Amino acid sequence: MGEGTLYDKVWDRHKVTELPTGQDQLFVGLHLVHEVTSPQAFGMLKERGREVAFPKRTHATVDHIVPTGNRDRPYADEAAEDMMAELEENVRGSGIEFSDPDSGNQGIVHVIGPEQGLTQPGMTIVCGDSHTSTHGAFGALAFGIGTSQIRDVLATGCVAMEKQKVRKIEVTGELGEGVTAKDVILTIIRKLGTDGGVGYVYEYAGEAIENLGMEGRMSICNMSIEGGARAGYVNPDETTYEWLKETDAFADDPEKFEELKPYWESIASDDDAEYDDVVTIDGSEIEPVVTWGTTPGQGIGITEAIPHPDDLPADKADTARRAQEHMRVEPGDTMEGYEIDVAFLGSCTNARLKDLREAAAFVKGREVDDDVRAMVVPGSQRVQRAAEAEGLDEVFTDAGFDWRDPGCSMCLGMNDDQLQGDEASASSSNRNFVGRQGSKDGRTVLMSPIMVAAAAVTGEVTDVRELEEVATV
Amino acid sequence: MSSPEFSAGEAPAEKVTEVTGTGIPVRGNDIDTDQIIPARFMKVVTFDGLGQFSFFDQRFDDEDNEKDHPFNEEKYRGANVLVVNANFGCGSSREHAPQALMRWGIDAVVGESFAEIFAGNCLALGIPTITADQASIEGLQDYVEANPAAEIDIDVAAETVTYDDTTIDATVHDAQRKALVEGVWDTTALMGANAGAVKATARSLPYVPDEHVPADDAAEGAAGDD
Repeated sequence: MGEGTLYDKVWDRHKVTELPTGQDQLFVGLHLVHEVTSPQAFGMLKERGREVAFPKRTHATVDHIVPTGNRDRPYADEAAEDMMAELEENVRGSGIEFSDPDSGNQGIVHVIGPEQGLTQPGMTIVCGDSHTSTHGAFGALAFGIGTSQIRDVLATGCVAMEKQKVRKIEVTGELGEGVTAKDVILTIIRKLGTDGGVGYVYEYAGEAIENLGMEGRMSICNMSIEGGARAGYVNPDETTYEWLKETDAFADDPEKFEELKPYWESIASDDDAEYDDVVTIDGSEIEPVVTWGTTPGQGIGITEAIPHPDDLPADKADTARRAQEHMRVEPGDTMEGYEIDVAFLGSCTNARLKDLREAAAFVKGREVDDDVRAMVVPGSQRVQRAAEAEGLDEVFTDAGFDWRDPGCSMCLGMNDDQLQGDEASASSSNRNFVGRQGSKDGRTVLMSPIMVAAAAVTGEVTDVRELEEVATV
Repeated sequence: MSSPEFSAGEAPAEKVTEVTGTGIPVRGNDIDTDQIIPARFMKVVTFDGLGQFSFFDQRFDDEDNEKDHPFNEEKYRGANVLVVNANFGCGSSREHAPQALMRWGIDAVVGESFAEIFAGNCLALGIPTITADQASIEGLQDYVEANPAAEIDIDVAAETVTYDDTTIDATVHDAQRKALVEGVWDTTALMGANAGAVKATARSLPYVPDEHVPADDAAEGAAGDD
């Protein structure tokens, strides 16, 4: 079970006891709450006459249904207003801190945790959202849970879980020009499969991972779940500590930082840690990746040909055939030149300041293609303000992008930001499932933020390496 | 499966040793939870009424005309054993997916493999997720298609799925089997009983300030009462 790994150590520190089911009862160090998966859990709590056990280890925000345009209350969408009102009532009645839009700290739950310093190494972190794996970038053990488990955490501060195996994924070498963390994780999922990680936690390591900033590490850990792994993590190092120093948690409290650092260092995987599996991927061979199908595992390098279903393993062929029909792509073609109608730059995978900066560098001085509607949805209000302070909003709006308020937006189409009919989108999000972006005939091509920028200005899937980067903004 | 005295979503910790009923096959690998219940149906604050939206976009076109889908077929009406293929329930962690299936009438899911969060969410509702090899699953799907009224019997403890004169040697994950068979899947009650130990663990963690751990009597009152 991965002895001497971060997973092993963090698990042991948080284990309360073994339950009669054979599962372990784990203490939850940080419980993040949002409006879509929590109301039923609060309801169950009330029915049982319980209170939130650890309100100070709980933090809420609103992201899934929040409008990214007009945010005046009540929201125009009645159902969204109801969900927001319910969340407000639930958290305020329980003493849970709430990063709501008026606080200036609202944003996608997986963006605000790290930026406020709520997310720290060696924590157990849960949220009713599968992309909770994002927080593993800090060396936390973080995973998504269902609503009944949210009830468990609210009521007891704990989750019941079984220990999993640990697979180390080593990405060696240096990433090439125009290749980002997003391309790395899409490559990993393609190689190991969308269910390759079932039963495993992924430890991401190797030179290419170590050289990434926290934003890139978050993009990678974020999509662990798309590879079937419920959690993924990177061992904390100086890059991690530099980020933490600047956050609310430690900026004014360097003593607390020094106090906790030994703990953070102690939970990193030992050099002689034992893994249940080790996979090595040559990072220098990765090129910008785009998806051609309807699962995140159906990706290819931008210069590579779309596979023929008959050439795939038997269990993948059927899914591939249906996906190609839905996407209207032909085996043997590349994805380059695939026409798009929408460019979406946002989501918990890729809507942090660095993502927006890098994309802006390809947008500056260019114009969004006439046939494309393009939008930028910053990951949080803080990201939004920081980007505006640098003038990124103008770079985007001058080019013809819509600059919106933070939320999950078109990643899953729970607000007004949706694909229409059979529109195709170049998207920096994490899922290309049929119907995911709000229209069941919609077509999603996943890619990195800079590839989205390139597609927005050319109107088609484009190799970003062929565009000249404009002077950094 | 749920007793009437428990309200929606609140799972009674009853024993689930056996599920018997008719089957419904939904074929395909990697069927994600966005397909099982599209996000727009999650703009609700209860799980009530989700059943009718199961597989909605697979079942209806833009004009709300029925498309070919087992959940639309009269012959499967009343079925309670869903038979699926590989990596069923991948993607979003939404419990709305098994909640919708349960409210549609599904009591057990048999498949080649399941995404972990989905299987965990099923367990929280007392719905077993049983796995078997590809050939056995496809054989069962073929059988159900040809014999929609025939009875399927799932023995959770013995890990078998029986139909006609065939018994599939299936697998129910250890902890899940124990929880269902012994009726100990109400984890809130199980874990709530250990409130003292939870606080001790919390206090032992360097990052948890003392003031974040509730005082002894307060937390016990809140967590140990059912």
